[in-house]
Amino acid sequence: MPTRDGVVYTETVVHAAPEQYAADAPYQLAIIDIDGGGGRITARILNRAQIGDRVRFVEDRNGVAYYSK
Amino acid sequence: MRSVAVVGIGKTPFGAFPDRDLRSLAVEAVENALRDATVDPKQVEAFYLGNFAGPSFVGQNHLAPYVGMAAGFEGIPCTRFEDACASSGAAFFHAWQSVAAGVYDIVVVGGVEKMTSQTTPKVAEILAGAGDMAGEGRAGATFPALFAMIARRHMHQFGTTREQLAAVAVKNHANGAKNPLAHMRKIVTMQQVLAGKPISDPLTVYDCSLVSDGATAVVIVPLEHAARFNPRFAKVLAVTQTSDHVALDHKSDITLFPAVKAAGEKAYKMAGLSPKQIDLAELHDCFTIAEIIASEDLGFTTKGQGGPFAASGATAIGGQIPINTSGGLKSKGHPVGATGVGQLCDIVMQLRGDAGERQVAKHNIGLAQNLGGSGATCVVTILEAS
Repeated sequence: MPTRDGVVYTETVVHAAPEQYAADAPYQLAIIDIDGGGGRITARILNRAQIGDRVRFVEDRNGVAYYSK
Repeated sequence: MRSVAVVGIGKTPFGAFPDRDLRSLAVEAVENALRDATVDPKQVEAFYLGNFAGPSFVGQNHLAPYVGMAAGFEGIPCTRFEDACASSGAAFFHAWQSVAAGVYDIVVVGGVEKMTSQTTPKVAEILAGAGDMAGEGRAGATFPALFAMIARRHMHQFGTTREQLAAVAVKNHANGAKNPLAHMRKIVTMQQVLAGKPISDPLTVYDCSLVSDGATAVVIVPLEHAARFNPRFAKVLAVTQTSDHVALDHKSDITLFPAVKAAGEKAYKMAGLSPKQIDLAELHDCFTIAEIIASEDLGFTTKGQGGPFAASGATAIGGQIPINTSGGLKSKGHPVGATGVGQLCDIVMQLRGDAGERQVAKHNIGLAQNLGGSGATCVVTILEAS
């Protein structure tokens, strides 16, 4: 199984959410460099992480990847 | 290819106009441009209309003939162009091609957006559609979020500071406060920007352009006929359009916009000019970080130095390269589909010496840069005074 873990390339905490995610706000969104040249993914981070932090893939929810520091 | 000139400019004020519909705004801008160009609507041979999301914002499709017939055009080709926030820039690029190629002699390019009839979360959702909805959009990315992630990475790699981002907002509001057609005609202080309502960290509400209603238009003709219509025409020295990935996570380096660099390099080559020869510029400051990066990508400063450059005063009126003397999208407002052609109107006003309190001393050559999405479309135009 290839890993989906990786490193935070960039991130933000979204306060003003689009209509369908208003209930989630504030939430952290990040672009993650997946280990082993697995490309990049835009995902949610469950507990706050910064650029350069290693993050672990937790689960997919409705097609969105969630990570944890 | 024939040289082309802008002989008429027209704008509505930008703002929140609950009593105005999309069509009446667009028609007003077109009528203003036709009057400026001394052109009768019956003489117009084609109409190119930039609009991002009329179907979502106001529930109306088929916008170009909808506006064109109301403006008095008679049976001519009327087509809507959509390239996110670069919609009317793209319309201008294609209209220019048609005149340069000799297909038409009198063409009107318009831009319009009616945004304020929707709630803020709904606007965020509609605008998010300019990104990759299956990827970043599904994960919860708004446009402020995408540009916030760009800002974070730029700060990380180059040491760009929160205060340098704020300096762009302070400058653009200072300019927009003097623009009678601007949406938010008020100055803001560094402290206000820093303490603004958080939208998507590190961006506050003052880093974000405004949700506005408004319309813009220009009339273009072959250069050889320009003086007949308006002795105060502006010559189109260059116009280029480029593209890149729609999804931010498909780009290898998000601290630059490859489409902006490419459009700029092609435009400078086409015009036979270097960045140092540009007297003033309207750059696409949908967010403060976007103006900083565009100033680097277009060669007004070196890579990574856009933050200190903005904070130094070099981009203020009276500075080395005045940027967004109109107030930019930040203060003037950003009715998405109207913005690209609006930038051209603002450049032409400066080239004519008609910018009033905002007039820059040297105003022979101006550049406009119109960005779509998080950098997937860019249109760069260079205009010269007659």
